Amino acid sequence: MNRVPFAFFALALPVALILVPEELSAQGVVSGNAFNPSISLILDGKYSYYSDDPDDLVLPGFLADEEIGPPEEGLSLGESELVMSANIDDQFYGFFTAALEDEDGDTEIELEEAWIQTLALPYGLGIKAGKFYSDIGYHNVKHPHTWDFVDAPLAYSVFLGGNYGDTGAQLRWVAPTTQFIELGGEVLRGDSFPANGAANDGAGAFTLYARTGGDIGVSQSWRFGLSLLSADAEERDSGEGDVTFDGDSDLYMVDFVWKWAENGNSKLRNLVVAAEYMHREEDGDVAIEDSGDAEYDGDQDGLYAQAVYQFRPKWRVGVRYDYLTSSNDVDGFAEPTLLDDGDDPYRFSTMLDFSHSEFSRLRLQASYLDTGATDDTQIFLQYIMSLGAHGAHKF
Amino acid sequence: MKSPVSVLALAAWLLSAPALADLKVFACEPEWAALAGELGGARVEAVAAVTGAQDVHYIQARPSLIARVRNADLVVCTGADLEVAWLPLLLRQANNPRVQPGQTGFLAAADFVTLLEIPVSVDRAGGDIHPFGNPHIQTDPRNILPVAVELSARLRAIEPDGAAEYARLLEDFRGRWQQALERWQARAAALAGMEVVVHHNSWIYMNAWLGLDQLGSLEAKPGVPPSAGHLAALLAQIGSHNPRAIVRAAYQSARPSEWLSGRAGIPALVLPHTVGAVEGADDLFAVYEVMLDRLEGVAP
Repeated sequence: MNRVPFAFFALALPVALILVPEELSAQGVVSGNAFNPSISLILDGKYSYYSDDPDDLVLPGFLADEEIGPPEEGLSLGESELVMSANIDDQFYGFFTAALEDEDGDTEIELEEAWIQTLALPYGLGIKAGKFYSDIGYHNVKHPHTWDFVDAPLAYSVFLGGNYGDTGAQLRWVAPTTQFIELGGEVLRGDSFPANGAANDGAGAFTLYARTGGDIGVSQSWRFGLSLLSADAEERDSGEGDVTFDGDSDLYMVDFVWKWAENGNSKLRNLVVAAEYMHREEDGDVAIEDSGDAEYDGDQDGLYAQAVYQFRPKWRVGVRYDYLTSSNDVDGFAEPTLLDDGDDPYRFSTMLDFSHSEFSRLRLQASYLDTGATDDTQIFLQYIMSLGAHGAHKF
Repeated sequence: MKSPVSVLALAAWLLSAPALADLKVFACEPEWAALAGELGGARVEAVAAVTGAQDVHYIQARPSLIARVRNADLVVCTGADLEVAWLPLLLRQANNPRVQPGQTGFLAAADFVTLLEIPVSVDRAGGDIHPFGNPHIQTDPRNILPVAVELSARLRAIEPDGAAEYARLLEDFRGRWQQALERWQARAAALAGMEVVVHHNSWIYMNAWLGLDQLGSLEAKPGVPPSAGHLAALLAQIGSHNPRAIVRAAYQSARPSEWLSGRAGIPALVLPHTVGAVEGADDLFAVYEVMLDRLEGVAP
C-alpha cells in the first residue's frame, strides 16, 4: 500500500471536518420553510338587508343555477378563502384555493381551484391543467374578494352560477406582436353549471376565447375579448329544484374594460369601466318531477356595465347596471318560470368602499332589483380582509 | 364575419409589428432601462414598464406589458419584492421561457447590491414592509455599477455577436460613472448631517450615500397613506430639530408635505427617484445631478 494517499487522508479528514461546518454556516441557515408556498387567507363577512325575502327570489325566463341566491339575510360569513401558490420548479407553477363556507350552521369546504401551469413552453404557448376558473369573459376569473361589488353581475349569477370553474385543461397562446393578442381554448369535464353530468365521457364542455388590449397614452389602458362556452348538460338541476335540463347550452360573451389614471399613477385616483354582454342559447328537454318532459329552446341575453372611481387614495365609489332578457319556446307543458319570458329583470347597484391598506376593505352597497314579478331593495355592509402573502391581481 | 380587406389589414399589421434587429430589454423601472441603453447602445431597445410619474408598487399587469414581456430577450427589475404585486403575474401571463426567474434573461438588480433595513421580524401591523430589505436601491448611485457589470454580462451572454461592443460600452460607462461619483462625492460633503423628513421610506440609500439624517416619514407605516393624526404627531416631533426639507417622489400626493411645510416652515422638495421623474432628470447621470442641485438649494 502506498503511504502517500494514507497520509493525505489522515491529514485531510480532520481538516475537512473542521471546514465543512464553517462553510455551511457561512451560507446561512438553510431551513425547509424558506421554500413554503405563498399563503394567504381571505376573511369576508357581511350584513345584508332585503325588503323582500331573498329565499323567494325567482328570475322569470331563466333556468338558473341553484347557487343563484344572493348573500344570506342578516349577519353572515362569506367565503373564507385559503390560497397557496408557488413555482414548483423551473418548468411548473402551482395554485390552490379552497373556500370554507358556513351554510345553515354547517361548515362546507369547496375546492375552488387546484391547477398547475407550464412556465417554459416555447412559441408563446402555455398549458394549464387541473380545476380552474375558466378564462372566458372578464369577471369570470375573479374570486369574490376581488369583486368591485358585494355580489356578482346578474348575468354571471344566472348564466354561470356566479362563475364557471371546472376540471380540465387549457391551451393559451400569446402572439409575438407588439399589440397584445391572446388566444385560448379549454376542454373541461362538464360538471359545473351550465354543464352537468360530465357528458361526452367526461369532456362535456369546451371554451374558446380571443382578446386584445393596449394603452392609449400613459393614462389609459383597455382590453377587449370574445368568448364562447359550449356545454352539454345531463340532468342539470336548476334553482327550482324539481326542474332538470338535458341538452346543449352555448354562451357567447363580449367583454370590454377600460382603465384611466392620471399619468398612469393609479394610487392617487383612478377610474375603471367594465362591461360585458352575454347571449345564451339552450336547446333540449326540460323535465319537471311528476309532470313529464317538454321540448325547450331558449334564447336569453344579459349584460352589465359598471364604473368604479377611486377619488382619494383610500376611497372608491361605484355604480353598476344589470339587465336580462329572454325569449323561450317550451313545447309540451307549462313550465312556469321558463314560459314567463315577458319580464326583463334589471338591477341598479351603487357602492362606496374604504381601504385602510391594500389588505383591508370595508364596503357599503345599495341595490334595487326589479325581476318583473317583484322588486327588492337590498343593502349590504361588508368587510374583506387579506392575511399573508401579497396577492397579484389580473388586469 | 370579417371582410377580406380587414383580414388582410390585420395580417399585414401582425407581420409588420416586430422589429427583429434589436435585443429587447424590458425594464421594470426607468433607471434600469436607462442603464440598458448606456450598456447596449444602438444594439438594444429598452423600454420601462413604469414611468417616473408612477408608483412602482401599484402597477397592473396590463395587456401592453404582457405583450412586451412576451417579446423580451431580457427582463431587468429591482427585485426584492418591489414589484411583487404585478411582475410575477406578468411573467406567468407572457409565456416567455427566456425571461423567467433563474434564466439568463431575468436580472434582479437587488441581488447584486447590499440591501439595508432587512427586517428582523415581519408583521403587516408594521405596514407593507419588504421582507427582503428596503428595495429602493437606486437612490444611491454607488449601487448602479455592480448592476451595470452584471447587466453587461447578461447582454454578452444573450447576444455573443455583440460581446466586444458590449464590453467596450461597459468600460466607457464605468469610466464616466466613476468620474461622476468622485464629482458627486465632493459635493456630498457639504450635505452631511442635514436633517430631512420623507414621505415614504424610499430614500434610505440616498441618506446613507450623502450622510443625511432622516427624522421621520409622512406615512406612519410604509404604504399606509399619511393621516392627519400622524402628521400632527410628526409636527410635534420635529420640535427642536431643524430639518431642511420634506422629501417626496414625483408620484406622491403633494398635499401631506405641503400641509406640514406650511405648519413647520420647511420647504417641500420633490427629488428625482428615477430617470424622467422631474424636469432635467433626463438620463441616469442627470438624476443624481438634479438630486444634489435640489438638496444644495435647501442646505444651510
